[in-house]
Amino acid sequence: MSLLDAPPAALAPARTLDSWKQRLQQLLAFAGLLVIFLAFSIAAPTTFATYSNVMNILFSAVVIGCLAMGATLVIVSAGIDLSCGTGMALSAVMAATFMVTWGIPVWLGILLTLAFGAFIGFVNGTAVTILGLPPFIATLAMMMICQGLALVVSGVHPIYFDPVAQKSYLWLSTGNLFPGSGFPNAILVLLIAVTVAYLVFNKTLLGRYDVSIGSNMEATALSGINVKKWLIVIYSTAGVFTALGGVMISARLGSAQPATGAGYEMQAIAATVIGGTSLSGGKGSIIGTLIGALIISVINNGLQIIMLPQQWQNVVLGTVIVIVVFIDQLRNKQAKTR
Amino acid sequence: MRPHSSLLLQVDDVHKSFPGVSALSGMRLDLRHGEVLGLVGENGAGKSTLMKLLTGIYARQSGQFWLNGEPLDVRTPREAEERGLSIIHQELNLVSHLTVAENIWLGREPLAGGLFTRPGEQIRRTRELLDRLEMDLDPRALVAHLSVAKQQMVEIAKALSFDAKVLIMDEPTSALNEAEVAQLHTLIRRFVTPSTGVVYITHRMPELTAITDRITVIRDGKYIATTDTASTTLDAVISHMVGRAVDTSATPVGVRDDREVILSVRGLRTRTMVDDVSFDLHKGEVLGFAGLMGAGRTETARAIIGADPITSGRISLRGKPVTIRNPAQAARLGIGYLSEDRKKYGLMLNLDVTHNVGISSVAHRFCAGVFERKGALRRAAEQTVDLLKIKTPSVNQRVKYLSGGNQQKTIIGRWLVKDCDILIFDEPTRGIDVGAKEEIYHLLNTLASQGKSIIMISSELPEILRMAHRVVVMSDGRVTGTLSAEDATQESMMALATNHQQDKKEQ
Repeated sequence: MSLLDAPPAALAPARTLDSWKQRLQQLLAFAGLLVIFLAFSIAAPTTFATYSNVMNILFSAVVIGCLAMGATLVIVSAGIDLSCGTGMALSAVMAATFMVTWGIPVWLGILLTLAFGAFIGFVNGTAVTILGLPPFIATLAMMMICQGLALVVSGVHPIYFDPVAQKSYLWLSTGNLFPGSGFPNAILVLLIAVTVAYLVFNKTLLGRYDVSIGSNMEATALSGINVKKWLIVIYSTAGVFTALGGVMISARLGSAQPATGAGYEMQAIAATVIGGTSLSGGKGSIIGTLIGALIISVINNGLQIIMLPQQWQNVVLGTVIVIVVFIDQLRNKQAKTR
Repeated sequence: MRPHSSLLLQVDDVHKSFPGVSALSGMRLDLRHGEVLGLVGENGAGKSTLMKLLTGIYARQSGQFWLNGEPLDVRTPREAEERGLSIIHQELNLVSHLTVAENIWLGREPLAGGLFTRPGEQIRRTRELLDRLEMDLDPRALVAHLSVAKQQMVEIAKALSFDAKVLIMDEPTSALNEAEVAQLHTLIRRFVTPSTGVVYITHRMPELTAITDRITVIRDGKYIATTDTASTTLDAVISHMVGRAVDTSATPVGVRDDREVILSVRGLRTRTMVDDVSFDLHKGEVLGFAGLMGAGRTETARAIIGADPITSGRISLRGKPVTIRNPAQAARLGIGYLSEDRKKYGLMLNLDVTHNVGISSVAHRFCAGVFERKGALRRAAEQTVDLLKIKTPSVNQRVKYLSGGNQQKTIIGRWLVKDCDILIFDEPTRGIDVGAKEEIYHLLNTLASQGKSIIMISSELPEILRMAHRVVVMSDGRVTGTLSAEDATQESMMALATNHQQDKKEQ
């Protein structure tokens, strides 16, 4: 009998403690967001906590938020996706190629772009499962391939959307479904993306198998789950969120910028980790990731408003990640020694 | 107690227990100068515990070790080596990306000025050593490129480079062919001088006669007997090995021969271990798989469920031939596998009972469209907890907080909810306390009487005797015999589990 085996009598309080702790952690992330928000509100009382600035914060969280949804799905399976940043740039270029170069209608162009993103993920998933490459290597290669292809396909130039022909495309990001509300559509898109990710992760087989694979891949396979197939599905789904990020960033800028994208994957991973998803897999939260994306957005925005030079922003962000993950590990260690 | 001065190595009344288990109690062992002492015992008899105590990996609780009349009290294997006691483990401890010479002198490299390595000197010393041992090895060869037999020679050379007086070899021949075994035995005879000795641990009975002078049998952490090899028989050794009292009150329930064959395996082979395995599993029967560790039983199970690829062989299910490529397919066909290593291959430890019970069946039984029917899944998990009497505060409990027996029941529940007809239990009671064992036995009997067909792999012979309607005995990847419940005794099974070498010679 190992030390982990507790006598049944001792279990009842442990269970309540366990679920209580889990809830506490989600509260902690949210409380962290509030604390940071309040700190900036005090530091810049007139400019930070205004309606329009809050909209700015939400607006700038959209792209990272979309990518981070996919990143969460992959990381929960104990994988990693380094290709979501440049994959986003390539998706944007593909969207522009479909619509601007080929003249495909906007709705179809968006669908094709999302399908293309799924294809990127499919290749990632295949490399990980069929070829057996470590996810880090497979997606690192994909990151480079996407970076290169974005330049190749676009001819190393930004592709600009036509304000008339692709009016509805640009409206998707900067338009207002509710005129005069100052509430850009991009935020609605993020909310829809988060809702879909939440349903997929918490209510479908994909989420169940995702957590199971991340918790113990061998045991999941021996339980009769086709782990390879489901990993490919998970990476492909993440690819759809990557492409959605590409749609949202190019709609916001009014153009597809082929040379951007690198670095976004790290922000997406950071948002996921801050949100309490474990890099070792088996545990994750979509709402946590949303909070993580918002924390990053609040910090970036707040530091700008209190006029901290841009170059300091990543220093602060890095420090926040160290603190958050350190606290998370302390919790996990406590759980293990019990 | 005073050491016996004429003994090379003496183990005197050594005790060691782990929480809940007594691993060794009153262990004795006497190694004389210039002899090869065979050490035999079943799996779990305490051989590896003894070795770990000797080399300081574990701390002993009482008793004493004597080496040449001096107390031996070391804290690390390296210290033991420096005192002249070296162990060749079954799993070789070599760094495969280094050369022969680098491995032998690892951590003791000849240095110039305390800083720079002297590769030339290292090679020269290695040559000297290898020449002295008459070993045909290239000091510059990468260990990764050597055969297992040659790697073993490197280990032996390394041990002897410490000027070892006592060499303990743990199943040194498990990966060797007959020619290599003979070569190893020559090497051992060359090593043994009036000032040295060898403890030779093996499962292969014929080797005892070939190489040892005396044989010590241990069982259940206790010293049983030592006999001169010349004046004993292998039968006597085997009966010493298994001679523990058997609970005769419990026997297999409802033994019958007329049941239909549900699973039939013919000529199964895998690349690594399984060699021409054939057997039939009848409906409602518990088929025991006996054998020693490494006999290929787990590998056979994994091959059947498609976890490892098979190179040849046929599997039929209810008379129809099937090809099983992966465990997912096996599950669809109603074959569930419960691994010997629950934590590694069975449970999602950080997830709750509901998940662990439902994972195999959720796709087919608890989904409406793309969404899960969480309520139905939860109810099924609760029913399973009630049915199998899994002790847990709720189905939301993470399984890592359950006891071993309840964890095992959780996995059994998984396959019951999946409605599997064939259940393969690999060491179902390993690491489970006595009370929970009884419950598992009872559960297996109930399942069999309800028409489930059960393969029970077990290294505990009394467990096989108590549960199995028929017994398949394996050795070295092959089936060495199939016994009915009446013919199965500890002696007959142990003989089949160890005599494979003999068979081959007779053929």
